Amino acid sequence: MTTLTKQPDPGLSARAPRKSRKRGKPSDGFRGIGDLKVALFFIAPAMVGLILFYLVPTIRGIYLSFTEYSILGDPEWIGAQNYERIAKDPLFWNALGVTAEYVLINIVLQTALALGLAILMHRVAKSTLIRGALLMPYLMANVIAALLWFWMLDYQIGIINQIIEWTGLPRVAFFGSEQWAIPTQALINTWRHMGYTALLIFAGLQAIPNSVYEAASIDGSKAVSTFWRITLPLLRPVLVLVLVVTVIGSFQVFDTVAVTTAGGPVNATRVLQFYIYQRAFNEQDFGYGSALAVILFLILAIVAFIQMKFLRGNQSDLD
Amino acid sequence: MMNKKAIGAVAVAAAAVLALSACSGGSSEGSAGGDAATGEISYWLWDANQLPAYQQCATDFTKANPDITVKITQTGWDDYWSKLTNGMASGTAPDVFTDHLSKYPDFLKTKQLVPLDDSITVDVSQYNEGLADLWVGQDGKRYGLPKDWDTVALFYNQKMATDAGITPEQMGSLTWNPQDGGTYEKAIARLTVDKNGKRGDEAGFDKNNVAVYGLGLPGSDAENAGQTQWSYLSATTGWTTTDKNPWGTHFNYDDKKLQDTIDWWASLAVKGYMPKLETTVGANAADNFGAGKAAINSNGSWMIGQYTGYKGIDVGIAPTPQGPEGKRASMFNGLADSVWAGTKKKDAAIKWVEYLGSSACQDVVASKAVVFPAITTSSEKAADAFKAKNVDVSAFTQHVTDKTTFMLPITDNASKVAGIMKPAVDAVIAGKSPASSLTAANEQVNALFAK
Repeated sequence: MTTLTKQPDPGLSARAPRKSRKRGKPSDGFRGIGDLKVALFFIAPAMVGLILFYLVPTIRGIYLSFTEYSILGDPEWIGAQNYERIAKDPLFWNALGVTAEYVLINIVLQTALALGLAILMHRVAKSTLIRGALLMPYLMANVIAALLWFWMLDYQIGIINQIIEWTGLPRVAFFGSEQWAIPTQALINTWRHMGYTALLIFAGLQAIPNSVYEAASIDGSKAVSTFWRITLPLLRPVLVLVLVVTVIGSFQVFDTVAVTTAGGPVNATRVLQFYIYQRAFNEQDFGYGSALAVILFLILAIVAFIQMKFLRGNQSDLD
Repeated sequence: MMNKKAIGAVAVAAAAVLALSACSGGSSEGSAGGDAATGEISYWLWDANQLPAYQQCATDFTKANPDITVKITQTGWDDYWSKLTNGMASGTAPDVFTDHLSKYPDFLKTKQLVPLDDSITVDVSQYNEGLADLWVGQDGKRYGLPKDWDTVALFYNQKMATDAGITPEQMGSLTWNPQDGGTYEKAIARLTVDKNGKRGDEAGFDKNNVAVYGLGLPGSDAENAGQTQWSYLSATTGWTTTDKNPWGTHFNYDDKKLQDTIDWWASLAVKGYMPKLETTVGANAADNFGAGKAAINSNGSWMIGQYTGYKGIDVGIAPTPQGPEGKRASMFNGLADSVWAGTKKKDAAIKWVEYLGSSACQDVVASKAVVFPAITTSSEKAADAFKAKNVDVSAFTQHVTDKTTFMLPITDNASKVAGIMKPAVDAVIAGKSPASSLTAANEQVNALFAK
């Protein structure tokens, strides 16, 4: 704006704009560079963080996946050998299956329950206290939640097995049996994340204008068909976002497994993230672990892409 | 200009951080800088029960060497090794640490240990036979000084044994074979009691509602080569884990002798004499013994303090049973202290290791009656200290005097072998696969050594 105040001779007003434009050009450009500098200065902390903690480790991880590396000593280039070994590794395929089972149980239940909770929050429970209480499990650290359930579901001393025994049924080895170990952990994390997911969906519900509902009720639509024909379609962008985020999070399940079953019994809970940890940190095979991590990364990218593409997550039907 | 400079500075700083982190990630072994003989050195161990004894050693050591102090850090076994490895990679590992036979080959391979015999000469004949040899690498150099040893025996509930009509003499002369389990299985069956009070060897025994198991089960123990749970049986059949020890390169889990042993062991769970594997997840076998839910636990001598410490339980210690060839067997494990190659105070560190390996320190450890020190005279003192506490430890020591011990298998790739064998033996104990399935796991293990 300084250029304008410096406008010379008012008598030359006709030429003044041109002049000022002429003078303005380099100064605009100059200001642009000045802005860039300032912008860079403010971007720098995030940029440095991004490069240092995301970009460099990602590239290094991809590089390491082509090496044999035990953390002590130097990585040794071995080409695609790690990937060839993974293709033939029964534990990798087992991990994929176990992880898929976990994600399926976790996501289906969690999304259905969260949707129900969100609608209840929207229609019935207007009290902030109740809405807040739904978030309580999410405020607990993952490891604490896992250990608490591990203790409550314990075969010998767990309160839930005590109750089961009182009802006359046989005790259940929730974490110890191969059939139960994954569903148990999927349910624990469903319990923990349900409230948070419901909150996201609830926000989406609030974005649907009331006029749409009014129009529906004038047309004589019942509550159930209003839900299927109005609420759900208009909620789609939010649901897609929630699904993408929760599916990615679900694929990365680790801490619950690490503090309870550690991959066992046998291989029943050796989920992909735990298998990566085991190969890299327990067995000091960081090359192999990196290759597994790259594969998980690709799987997640493909899953997210498919979800966005087919559920049209970037479009809204509200406009 | 200022901004440009600032950006430049940030970039330089970022590059420097990257370069630094790259350095420390790669070549910490080369950074063995100083050989200082004074100052504070750090020492790590994992067993909290032994901390007071070694604290005493550290105090005595500083008294004799006023210019060296020792800072001891205790970290539980579960975190100890990953913490140590990360410390080595980032240059923050302790100068001296308690080392384990199953772990040190990996440290040798990555050149993390200081050869001790370049600096000191120690009379290795003072140690119990064989212990010192275990810490000599494939290059013929010594990488640890023996500090203690352990063997395996049977802890049993004396009241339960009396109730079952089993005398201490009978407990002390059990026999075993992989076909019918010998008198060992008979005792286990007799000591098993169901909820109606019927014993495991009586008609009408309900194996699905057991109140007291004859034999406790902490897990498949395959990650430790069956050290406390089945190696005391499999070794009596003449089976050995590897083709040679130390530094074997071929594993024998495909051998019928081993597979018969594991099959027999797994059959105890089917018969209801031992808990099912699925019920042991999250449970502590020793605590279940302390709660009166199991009559016998096989375990190592480092557990004496815990087993004799349970209130209201009168614990007897019986030797492991005699095998088909009339001999007992126990894995013989020995810990040692090693010096990290990245230490800045090598001379002081070695001096401390020398002290830890001397009778001055090992007699202190002996007097606390927690473990058996490596030095022969010190471990006799430890046996006396246990006796003074009214604990008869002869079931552990007789393996050494009768020479019925065999060494813990020392090989490369130990953690990878454990990663393969644990789920494999888990599956057998869980009743999911027959022991013959271990042949496939054995092929995977041997493939690790094929390169």
